[in-house]
Amino acid sequence: MRERSANTRRRNFLIGATSVVGAAGVVGAAVPFVGSWNPSARALAAGAPIKLDISKLAPGEILGPLRAWRDRPIFVVKRSEEMLMKLNSRNDRLADPDSSRPQQPEYAKNETRSIRPDILVLEGLCTHLGCSPQFKPVVKPEQFDTEWLGGFFCACHGSKFDLAGRVYSGVPAPSNLKVPPHYYESDAVIVIGKEEGVV
Amino acid sequence: MSAAFKNFMDWIDARLPVTETFEKHMSKYYAPKNFNFWYFFGVLATVVLVSQLFTGIWLTMSYVPTAEGAFASVEYIMRDVDYGWMLRYMHSTGASAFFFVVYLHMFRGMAYGSYQKPRELIWLLGMLLFVALMAEGFFGYLLPWGNLAYWAGQVIVSLAGAIPFVGEDLAVWVRGDFNISGITLNRFFALHVVLLPLVLIVLVFLHILALHEVGSNNPDGVDIKKHLDEDGTPLDGIPFHPYYTIGHDLPAIVAFLFFFCIVMFFYPEGGGYLIERPNYEPANPLKTPELIVPVWYYTPFYSMLRAVTFPLFGVDAKFWGLVVMAGAIVIPAVLPWLDRSPVKSIRYKGLGSKIFLAVFIVAFFILGYLGTKHPTAERTLIAQICTAIYFGYFLLMPWYTQVEKTKPVPERVPS
Repeated sequence: MRERSANTRRRNFLIGATSVVGAAGVVGAAVPFVGSWNPSARALAAGAPIKLDISKLAPGEILGPLRAWRDRPIFVVKRSEEMLMKLNSRNDRLADPDSSRPQQPEYAKNETRSIRPDILVLEGLCTHLGCSPQFKPVVKPEQFDTEWLGGFFCACHGSKFDLAGRVYSGVPAPSNLKVPPHYYESDAVIVIGKEEGVV
Repeated sequence: MSAAFKNFMDWIDARLPVTETFEKHMSKYYAPKNFNFWYFFGVLATVVLVSQLFTGIWLTMSYVPTAEGAFASVEYIMRDVDYGWMLRYMHSTGASAFFFVVYLHMFRGMAYGSYQKPRELIWLLGMLLFVALMAEGFFGYLLPWGNLAYWAGQVIVSLAGAIPFVGEDLAVWVRGDFNISGITLNRFFALHVVLLPLVLIVLVFLHILALHEVGSNNPDGVDIKKHLDEDGTPLDGIPFHPYYTIGHDLPAIVAFLFFFCIVMFFYPEGGGYLIERPNYEPANPLKTPELIVPVWYYTPFYSMLRAVTFPLFGVDAKFWGLVVMAGAIVIPAVLPWLDRSPVKSIRYKGLGSKIFLAVFIVAFFILGYLGTKHPTAERTLIAQICTAIYFGYFLLMPWYTQVEKTKPVPERVPS
């Protein structure tokens, strides 16, 4: 038989080509493993929009926290006249008083961060590390703030939010509490989890 | 040895290298003769690993990994399964014991320079083990579905959300849901009982294999392979078996198990540090416990996470907190390349190394303590100083190990 010498160039080419094809195969095989970690159809269905009756909610009261949309705590607060008057009195203490960060839908990007001035809808998860803040509506000196004007306080790491869910400056939370997409089906019924007109 | 047994072993050895392996790794593996107290913790970590594997497997026989069933099944194990309480307390005490012995084991390596050439890979494999162990502990912590476990899981997964741009989607992907839910619990269960134990076992195997390739370091950092007898065995070495197995490790294991049993039988909750009070309440996605703290073995790193309170380069503080915490966990891995000292052991290093190591240990303890407390302005400041010391110990090491005056290392192990 004729003596064969290794064709190094061809060998290297074949090694390179098979490696590339093999790597593509590994990436392809990883798809189902990575994909199976996405929220399942059941999780998505459980996170569907919800309807709430707010007709019984009195001024100064909170409906919730409700285990509602997307399994996250939802706060629905009806602010009293007095609360609304004081709302923008100490904007100097807030990190983002004009809601310039995208933490709310466009229709809630206003002075009260709401559609109706009195009704505030929030996702009750601190924007720091996701603890659920407590509703502290009463204006009185608190342990965590001697000039407390009412709002939400997260005991985990001491973040403070006002009665529009806007974060105070100098606390760990970087941004305002999220306002979920919502609209009013009627005066008494609020839909949380989707925009009006979107199917 | 009877002739029949010898024949049997010959038959085996011709097919599977049992005797050869035993000799290589036990009876003819020469370890330095000057091992001390600090050399107990490797074998103790192995003992705890085996104990965790068995108690863990037995716990899965009665545990239910669903949001509806998990908490109740743990109570079922505690009350209705024969010896269930004991298996569970062995497992929960074992988790703390694991970190206890691993931290001491790592300290030994740092003090005696065991990471130095030629043992860099042993150290790196050890660091991988440490990270895998932290992940194992974190996934396991969620499983009892207590309220603190739930919110601690929420806080740690939310950390992923701190990564700019992809963070929120990444957190949803990790949870498999918009919030921590039964889906998250189920996948953490799979990772905790199948994937990570496999990873740990493989890494332990490689860790020991690499150790036996280069041989053990010792408290004096003397290379015992430099002085061999005519058979090629180190003059300052003794066979691992039986001298260290029976003479050194067995008594240590007995003493360790004695203390382990005291905790397990009399203080399984460890005053609220090993099993915390809010974990006797089922997970409640609407109510965060007053104080969110991790278990004691994560608190130094949690303190460093919280110590970063200021945004930088237009990115939120919580992202930098994540970077600092991850950096603190990973940075010991580069020790072999930070230490420029010509000697290994702290016994022969200069004053600089001794002071830095001592201050580092004190800072680590303070961070650990602060991590169990509510943050206040003063505590945050102390945590920031200690975080600086923690990183300073590593980042200044190339400097202080080079300028300091070291003592001469003896040729042979001093007797």
